[in-house]
Amino acid sequence: MYEVKYDEKKCLSCRTQDCLIKCQYIDIDKESAKKEILKIGHGEDSFVLHECVTCYACEEYCPMNNHPFYLIVEKQEELDIPPLPRPLIQRGINLGVPFRGEPVIEKVNGRSLLMGVFSDLMFLIQGKLFEGVPVISSDPRKMFHYFCQLMYLHYARTSVINDRLPKIIETIAKHEVDEVICFHDECYGTYTSYCSAVGIEVPFKPVHFFEFLYDRLKELKDEIEPVNLKVAYQRPCSSRLSSDKHHFVQDIFELIGAEAVEREYVDENALCCGGTIVGQRQEGSRKRAAEIEKKNIEDMKSAGAEVCVFNCPACYNTMAQIVTRNGIAPIYMSDLCRLAIGENPAGWR
Amino acid sequence: MNSVYEALVEIVGKDHSSVQPEELFIYSWDLGTTEPHRPDYAVSPRTPEQIQKIVQLANKEKIPVVPLGGGLSLAGLAVPFKGGILLDLKRMDSIIEVNEKARYTVVECGVSQGQLTSYLERHCPHLTHSEPGAPPTATIAGNMAIHGQGDLAQPYGFNSDMINGLEVVLPTGEICQFGSCSIGSGWFTLHPLPDVGLFLGWTGTTGIITKVSLRLFPCKKIRGAALFAVDNEELIPEIIYKLTHTQMVEDIVAFSQAIPPFSSGLQHITINLSADSEKELEFKQEIIFDDTLGEYIRKGDGGYLGFNRGLQRPQISKTSDWRKGGGFEYVGSIMPIDTYPECYRRGRQISEKHDIPYTVLGRCIGAAHAMMFSWTYAFNRADPETIKHAKAALHETDDLVLKLGGTIWKPGLYGQKLVMERLNSSTFDLMRKVKQLLDPNGIMNPGNWEPAL
Ligand SMILES: Cc1cc2nc3c(=O)[nH]c(=O)nc-3n(C[C@H](O)[C@H](O)[C@H](O)COP(=O)(O)OP(=O)(O)OC[C@H]3O[C@@H](n4cnc5c(N)ncnc54)[C@H](O)[C@@H]3O)c2cc1C
Ligand code: SF4
Ligand code: SF4
Repeated sequence: MYEVKYDEKKCLSCRTQDCLIKCQYIDIDKESAKKEILKIGHGEDSFVLHECVTCYACEEYCPMNNHPFYLIVEKQEELDIPPLPRPLIQRGINLGVPFRGEPVIEKVNGRSLLMGVFSDLMFLIQGKLFEGVPVISSDPRKMFHYFCQLMYLHYARTSVINDRLPKIIETIAKHEVDEVICFHDECYGTYTSYCSAVGIEVPFKPVHFFEFLYDRLKELKDEIEPVNLKVAYQRPCSSRLSSDKHHFVQDIFELIGAEAVEREYVDENALCCGGTIVGQRQEGSRKRAAEIEKKNIEDMKSAGAEVCVFNCPACYNTMAQIVTRNGIAPIYMSDLCRLAIGENPAGWR
Repeated sequence: MNSVYEALVEIVGKDHSSVQPEELFIYSWDLGTTEPHRPDYAVSPRTPEQIQKIVQLANKEKIPVVPLGGGLSLAGLAVPFKGGILLDLKRMDSIIEVNEKARYTVVECGVSQGQLTSYLERHCPHLTHSEPGAPPTATIAGNMAIHGQGDLAQPYGFNSDMINGLEVVLPTGEICQFGSCSIGSGWFTLHPLPDVGLFLGWTGTTGIITKVSLRLFPCKKIRGAALFAVDNEELIPEIIYKLTHTQMVEDIVAFSQAIPPFSSGLQHITINLSADSEKELEFKQEIIFDDTLGEYIRKGDGGYLGFNRGLQRPQISKTSDWRKGGGFEYVGSIMPIDTYPECYRRGRQISEKHDIPYTVLGRCIGAAHAMMFSWTYAFNRADPETIKHAKAALHETDDLVLKLGGTIWKPGLYGQKLVMERLNSSTFDLMRKVKQLLDPNGIMNPGNWEPAL
């Protein structure tokens, strides 16, 4: 059975308690933070387990790589403290069930781009940036065979992840891939962070999508015309699991002549899109999500953003409409990069 | 040359009448499981006077006349069981009047739901009508003829409750008007004149509706749907009761379906909301989701899945083709709201028995006065075995509706028989007399409601 590798000693010797102190959704002092995280480690109930909005951020805040978030979620399940109502959990778990036959396995023998559960966004990976890159999980009817499952962290169901993930990895591996560029950084986080935290073996090298885009843009450097746009970046929860790759956001912006506006909710301090919070059981979740949405938008507006750049399709779905209503154009990072090399962004709204 | 055909050509012109087998074939079936029956003639009139002449001809020759709107009833209601003249009404497609201040429109019988929706969106964006979930080519009049219901059902009831006036060509050819229009006033009300409810729900067996005056309603700037999910079907009636108590919801539809798997075993409720401002929207959301449904959320029994702006119309059609490219037919029923859990469970059983992924749906009508509950059975048109199963399931469901104390909505022939067997004998008698009076030669859409003759 897979279980998160949590080391109590690290918390005992931790001087920051950053995991909870920096949490934007729980108000806690240092002393209580230490007490509560240790309680959680021991499998005891803690108010943190009830108030956590599953934003993933503590996984990034912990300087000791002690997986506080994975721990919280594991204990929420063990102690039956689900963040979401039962029907939403059941719905979410059923969502990932493949139901239209087995996928067609084409051997790649090398590097490939994995769409994961976003096969219906194939239109985003057109043009020169993606020339010659084989794609796996390109068929929306079969995409759940490639669904990394990490979404179930929001549902406090690590048991589902642990149960299904090895089979998903096996399916990807059948394509005989050595490097897998993950379209969604949740997949990247799964194969680099989660798998190692619970001891699931990954037989290929995951590549972050932004790293891939950056490298491709460098190859196409001569074709780049500065986009000259003021951009705000909406950082998704799963990027907390790959904070070492976060610098590529800025690197890409610099390369393509995009100006990142000065936001308050940026980098470590980024706010959730609200999509995972809206349906949670806690009193006032719907309003809280709306407030977060408003804060994000006001922040982008007052910073003078013309464009809001997304990485995660779920954030895009949650925020694209409101961003547009506020006069800011929503765009995926890949489309912004395509714009820089003179191509028409496919998903530009 | 066939003299009836020649007479029809004389009435509507050569381009709008046909005895070509390939054209008659198109008119011989609908999208459901009903066996095809070929008409002898197909005509497409442009005016009530042309219809009048066609009906007079049919009376003289004693041949059936079958009116057809969009042909989307699925229950075979416009399949010409006894041949005759198929009257395709789609050419009568003028929107005659929109009275903005009195909030009504007068349309010809061939005006489709989609046509009216887009007309209003373009020309009167602050007005809307109750569009049914049927594909947009469904006609306003065809929907009246079967007592349809649309996306304003919760506050305003059946679409046929939203009529201000009718013009009808009787089976003997007279052109009649009903409502204030019949005394030369505008088409603004059906009341308080003596009521002659002879044409609604009779599936074209008592006359041909040529004009309808339809009530229009405020169309707010923001319209959209929120989704709420529960895993216990027993909660649905009380949730609908509570939602309707707020008097803030335009449409409430609860559904459950085996495919896609995420919905299986769960009940989803779409809750249509509209507002003229963010403030109004937030106020309504607060009352509905935080105050009214908040207790279910906090207990973990019900989940709010967010509000999506921009109402996609028609809504129900969007969920009817999960199987892609196959066939489907449903039994619709009008049931008391409290039977939802039983309807869901029994529907699942029937589907599973026939190896069909279950799809059930209940639309709230009025302030929970009733619901239209439907059991959908998918089949593969190319596979007779699946059609056989679907038919058997449809008949079992017709039986079930009556067993559960409901009435069958837009019944096909089997359902009509069940209803007539149970009708109060005096009512049945009256129906027969009315029918004999209006249609002495029994030419109107024969086969349907026929034992009433
Ligand atoms: C996917 C799908 C979803 C649906 N959802 C809904 C829904 O949400 N609500 C709803 O109400 N219905 C629904 N329906 C059922 C049906 O399609 C509609 O009620 C539709 O409005 C019927 O109109 P029509 O023009 O297609 O009628 P038709 O099928 O052409 O005719 C229906 C009956 O009325 C008669 N008739 C037609 N026009 C006239 C006329 N002018 N005068 C006299 N008799 C006439 C016909 O002979 C026939 O008996 C749905 C159907 C489908 C396929
Ligand atoms: S989880 Fe990390 S940050 Fe939190 S107390 Fe332990 S070591 Fe410190
Ligand atoms: S996941 Fe987010 S909300 Fe939960 S404890 Fe960590 S930082 Fe706080």
